[in-house]
Amino acid sequence: MPRFTSENSAVADDIIARYPRPRSALIPLLHLAQEQDGHLTEEAMEHIAELVDVTPAEVLGTASFYEMFKREPVGDYVITVCTNISCMLVGGEELLHHLEHRLGVKTGSTTPDGKFTLEDVECIAACSEAPCMQVNYRYFDRVQLDDVDDLLDDLRAGKLAHEVPRHGTLSRVRQRLPENRAGNAPPDRNVEPPWLARNRRGDSEGNGTGAGDGAGDGGAS
Amino acid sequence: MSDGAKHVPSILSTRWDLADGHTLGRYLETGGYEGLRRALSAMTPDEVTEEVKAASLLGRGGAGFPAGVKWGFVPPGVFPRYLVVNGDESEPGTYKDRVIMERDPHLLIEGALIAAYAIGAAQVFLYVRGEMALAQERIAQALNEAYDAGYVGQSIMGNEDFSVDVILHWGAGAYIVGEETALIESLEGYRGFPRLKPPYFPAAKGLYMQPTVVNNVETLADLPWIVSEGGAAFAALGAEKSLGTRLFTVSGHVNRPGVYEVEFGTTTFRDMLYGERYGDGIRHDNRLKAFIPGGASAPWLFEEHLDLPLETGAVGAAGSMLGSGAIVVMDDTTDAVKAAWRVVRFFARESCGKCTPCREGATWLERILRRMLDGYGRPSDVDKLLDICDNISPQITWPPKQTTICPLGPSAVSPIASAVMRFRDEFFAYCGGGEITVPVHGKAYLSTPPAVGASQ
Amino acid sequence: MTDTADTAREAPTGPSGRGSGEHVVTVTIDDRAITAAKGELVIDVAERNGVYIPRFCYHPRMRPVGMCRMCIVDIDTGRGPALQPACMIECSDGMIVSTGSPATRKAQEGVLEFLLVNHPLDCPVCDKGGECPLQDQTMSHGPGESRFVEEKRHFEKPIPVSDLVMLDRERCILCDRCTRFASEVAGDPLISFIDRGNDTQVNTFPGEPFSSYFSGNTVQICPVGALTATPYRFKARPWDLDEVESTCTSCSVGCRVVIQSSRNQVLRYLGVDVDAVNWGWLCDKGRFDFEAVDSSERLGSPLVRDEGLLLKSATWNDALGRAAASIKDGLERSGPDGLAVLGGARLTNEDAYAWVKLVKGVIGSDNIDAQLGDGLPAEAVLGLPAATIDDACRPGGTVLVLGPDPKEELPVLFLRLRHAVLNDGVKIVELASTATGTTPLAAHSLRYHPGHALHLMRALLAPTEAEDEVAGVAPEAIAAAASLLAERPVTVVLGRPNQAEGARSIAAAAKLINDAHPRVRFLSALRRGNVRGALELGMTPGVLPGRVTFRDGRDWFAGHWPTVPETKGLDATGILRAASEGRIDTLVLLGADPLADFPDRDLAERGVAGARTVIACDQFLTESVRQADVVLPAAGYAEVDGTTTNLEGRVSTLARIVTAPGTSQPTWTVAADLAFRLGADLGLESTEQIGQEIDAVAPAFAGLLHDLAAPGGEDGVLVSLPAQRNGETPDEPVEDPSAEPAAAATDPGDADPETTEPGPTEPGAVPGATESEASPAGPRPGIPVPDWRVI
Ligand SMILES: Cc1cc2nc3c(=O)[nH]c(=O)nc-3n(C[C@H](O)[C@H](O)[C@H](O)COP(=O)(O)O)c2cc1C
Ligand code: SF4
Ligand code: FES
Repeated sequence: MPRFTSENSAVADDIIARYPRPRSALIPLLHLAQEQDGHLTEEAMEHIAELVDVTPAEVLGTASFYEMFKREPVGDYVITVCTNISCMLVGGEELLHHLEHRLGVKTGSTTPDGKFTLEDVECIAACSEAPCMQVNYRYFDRVQLDDVDDLLDDLRAGKLAHEVPRHGTLSRVRQRLPENRAGNAPPDRNVEPPWLARNRRGDSEGNGTGAGDGAGDGGAS
Repeated sequence: MSDGAKHVPSILSTRWDLADGHTLGRYLETGGYEGLRRALSAMTPDEVTEEVKAASLLGRGGAGFPAGVKWGFVPPGVFPRYLVVNGDESEPGTYKDRVIMERDPHLLIEGALIAAYAIGAAQVFLYVRGEMALAQERIAQALNEAYDAGYVGQSIMGNEDFSVDVILHWGAGAYIVGEETALIESLEGYRGFPRLKPPYFPAAKGLYMQPTVVNNVETLADLPWIVSEGGAAFAALGAEKSLGTRLFTVSGHVNRPGVYEVEFGTTTFRDMLYGERYGDGIRHDNRLKAFIPGGASAPWLFEEHLDLPLETGAVGAAGSMLGSGAIVVMDDTTDAVKAAWRVVRFFARESCGKCTPCREGATWLERILRRMLDGYGRPSDVDKLLDICDNISPQITWPPKQTTICPLGPSAVSPIASAVMRFRDEFFAYCGGGEITVPVHGKAYLSTPPAVGASQ
Repeated sequence: MTDTADTAREAPTGPSGRGSGEHVVTVTIDDRAITAAKGELVIDVAERNGVYIPRFCYHPRMRPVGMCRMCIVDIDTGRGPALQPACMIECSDGMIVSTGSPATRKAQEGVLEFLLVNHPLDCPVCDKGGECPLQDQTMSHGPGESRFVEEKRHFEKPIPVSDLVMLDRERCILCDRCTRFASEVAGDPLISFIDRGNDTQVNTFPGEPFSSYFSGNTVQICPVGALTATPYRFKARPWDLDEVESTCTSCSVGCRVVIQSSRNQVLRYLGVDVDAVNWGWLCDKGRFDFEAVDSSERLGSPLVRDEGLLLKSATWNDALGRAAASIKDGLERSGPDGLAVLGGARLTNEDAYAWVKLVKGVIGSDNIDAQLGDGLPAEAVLGLPAATIDDACRPGGTVLVLGPDPKEELPVLFLRLRHAVLNDGVKIVELASTATGTTPLAAHSLRYHPGHALHLMRALLAPTEAEDEVAGVAPEAIAAAASLLAERPVTVVLGRPNQAEGARSIAAAAKLINDAHPRVRFLSALRRGNVRGALELGMTPGVLPGRVTFRDGRDWFAGHWPTVPETKGLDATGILRAASEGRIDTLVLLGADPLADFPDRDLAERGVAGARTVIACDQFLTESVRQADVVLPAAGYAEVDGTTTNLEGRVSTLARIVTAPGTSQPTWTVAADLAFRLGADLGLESTEQIGQEIDAVAPAFAGLLHDLAAPGGEDGVLVSLPAQRNGETPDEPVEDPSAEPAAAATDPGDADPETTEPGPTEPGAVPGATESEASPAGPRPGIPVPDWRVI
């Protein structure tokens, strides 16, 4: 049942705790769900709704705004080809058509074996490396047509497992918030940061530049 | 300096060629966190702001607003304040913030902390574009190292009263979220709908309705250098309003596409397109047809503009903008109608749908252009295109007016007006004659030969 | 405030929140200098001054979002004219607005053309056709012909988003009204924008329908035909609808409505925006209630019980004859006290007065009770300082809910309270034994043991003495709630939380806080539509019309009526008990169903069975009515004219738009006929004339007709403010800084936010005080501080 696994529920709680308001965790949690299931299931959205205390309709409203969230299953490898201006000028469309031909599917669909989903996307910020594409959001720059054939073979053969994790996984490193985190700044607590307070006073007393080691000055006015 | 020879210090690109430039170890070996140390030990927050003002550092995200001045807009006495780092880079043609985030993440973190110190931000949110998995990975790694080494979190670098968290956050695929108020809505867990300005200026009513400074990645990455070397040193580079160095992405039909750090305000477009250290000329020695000077939203420029310096004032006067520093070059083999269609298609696809003229208008424009390309254009279509443009961006002028909430809608007008006014025959070739009666006022659109019927 | 975007947290919603009135600014709109309150929206100020700026997304009762762009006009704030949405821009001094400039006109035409790009051309088959803002504004501000030759956006045709509401996404113009209403006003964000850009649609989460008590409002505010109400779809075209303005009597909030009918059939209610009451909203219960009006179950002719003990239809003449005869027998057998009347809380004020006059003024019995043992003693409803809804919602106050769940029983009151909590810093303290629909709004919801409200109230008023749990509530909770009560003006929403809570203890609790708290007022939370009016007019023992006790009113009424009862009579419980003991000869049921509603079913059965004769005046053959010997079919809602009184004591008009089934008659005529057959004359010939008599004899109602006729009178007139009546003025509101936007939260046009006089009557004035003999300048008779020992 694709609610969060207990392990991911813990991750979810950790994510929620980073924000002054739980709803801010909505998009990170949707990513977590997609990382877990490969796409967004209704159960996951309902679970997220519970976690951040909104309705499932609100979760869907946010999720459906963003292209990366797939509400239908997709291939193991989502290939996104940029056809925006910089890439188009140097062969982005040809690259896309070549892939359609090689994969035997139209843009926007998934190969019968469920391996590949092909999409054309807008600029992915690799314009000087055009024509470019991504596989599960890993870049492939200045792609020549015959490179593509090898790439597909390697992916099929699982040779690129290291460079290209399964769909849904973005950063493979999670930010840890260790003991020495400063803590959230809740919007409803009007507290002046100590280093500002200190320097205001500092100025008036004519001493104190910088944060110095304002020990004990923690209490903001 | 058409060979681009003059030596300029590299402020942003020093670690790009280091395989381990993204690690804390290498960052420290190469002078990392010295700017922050200086700010914390020797400067008050206000003094930092003053340095940034002295540097007259223009925002690098597109709007080009002076960073120091923007910081000054946060209302006094209202807390908490937030700093939001805009790493959503998605303006077509733009590839520079990603380079920084992937290859020198600590530089960005250090810059963000300096800004947080100066404006008194109690929490920093680093919003990275969703599709940039590697950037997210590198920043997550960098933050983990930085926390462990005490550069982020509690009592930063031993300063008991300077404690700030930097929270890595990422999007999920929506260009509009690059717009600062949409970014804030997104960060609050909502659809990426821009807020109306007025009344929702982030500096006063931003994240959670609190004072919020939104700065671009490159803008913040300049801060460590400015703090270490001084605002004056930064301001000594460049010309007019455009000082320091700046990253430009050159893409399209040039021999050497790339991301280049150049002196701002003095380097010319000719340098960028033809200088061998940069674009190194048009491919196959073709003729230049047009180039986009500042990202897809910018009106196109042409041969006669090549000797303009990369200077906001000068480019603005010519009727376009440097925007996000993205130069897209089109040679004479380019189909103007097709190029315009592709850029318009982008805006149509990325419209958030909140306001009517953009949601309906941009899509309509795209479908008319598509119809032309498919060979079903009608003589009246060119005029219709322009009139629809006029309903999105009244008077088709520059800087653009808008009937929309945010500038995305009007952005769809730039490529059409540029292409139609300059390459009208190509349009008429697609849809058999007709004439243009809709007045167009944008200077770049009208550049020689002056357009029939396009007079004031 | 967790359910809307931060921009909503920011922006006060609707005129109620705007224009603090503190500073006045001068703006120029179309060359006319106009003064406005700083902060008022250009679109509102323009409209108030006769300049209508077209709009789709803007709704005065919701947060402006500036999305549709239809209202963009040239606004010059010193930096030259620029196209700005009039619904977002607040008036500032020297601002120059041009709503007709060429730029404005071109832009508005453009926006309309854009909206029509994907709008289907199915107006001929669209329910909205004829009353469609899009259609109308296309005529007035639109382009000539459509230049759109591409294919329109396609969606599956209407899909149900709930049992009551259908959604046609092709017609939707994405104005965010329904979705804003759902999240911002109702607090049920179950519909949302889905997908993006040109593919954006409104929809629900799969398998989670838009089930809200308020869903019907989205249909009313949809500016196109995208949302339609299942009960109304394809029923009629706007142009062949008749309509009248009236008041909803499904509950005692008394929302103003427009009733629309066609061919003698009620088809639709629309909420009317009354500032003091419903702000244009209705609950679904009220809105779709009309299905009952022309139900096949309705009685169409009188019935009398024959020897075979079967109810057989009869003529009015026979039925009234039977009724009168049995009343006569009863009177001869055991005098006036042998007659008792139950019910009347769902009748008009005129019906109530006629029956009170018959029973108390002609027959001389005081055994009459509009409530069925499930309400509160009249003193607790009428005798305490009264609050209006606006008082309860005034910024900085605390609302103490000691009664049924407002969301369930008085839904639109819940909406008003919700708005006050989210926008105006009002705090709710709820005393409830179980979680309710209102609990999420409450600052403190105290779960106490049913039956112990009185103890809890005691503890709340003297928290220091509460060392340990009281009625199951922890001392900390009590202390926290107590401080909210102590430090702020308090409105008690007073009713019966549950049947375990006796009327006595609730009344006593009310008395406690009334005596202990300097700034407390009460808003009765009795359910039945006109229970307040019935009590005000004496349908309760010991009270004469106009909220007067026998002691105070005897002489006065002796001058107007043949007689006045000697002693205080029996209430519902007393009546049923007496009847069960054979001491009631004639029991009259006025739209009352004791078998269903009286808490003690067994006593109800014995009572109804024990009465020698039972006469029922009703619209339906209810369980109790089946037991009657004479059944008289009553005309009902939308079938009679008159007035009704809401829970604030606000009298407003009821209008007739269809004819009652069969030979049904207004209930007051039955009283008149019976009087006649008993050899008396009530002297009542029409509702108007009854109204005049009420106006003349019932002290608190003096001048009412005048006020109802006066401008603003259609929004209702308050008749029940002991505070004002006794010359005191209610407390000044305490400004809560956290509730900035809300000064004058309840009176948009009000130049002086300090004015605490609610409703349309002048400050301090006796409602409708005139020179008529009925309202002497001096203190008029009224209920003194009640004698609580008798309860
Ligand atoms: C449609 C639109 C897209 C934008 N995209 C970006 C973006 O991807 N990255 C960015 O830094 N700024 C973007 N901006 C500009 C931001 O709104 C904002 O001005 C900028 O982040 C401020 O940072 P700066 O002052 O340091 O430049 C965009 C603006 C608009 C209207
Ligand atoms: S202009 Fe376009 S992107 Fe901007 S708010 Fe309007 S619809 Fe959204
Ligand atoms: S009414 Fe103002 S934008 Fe819609």
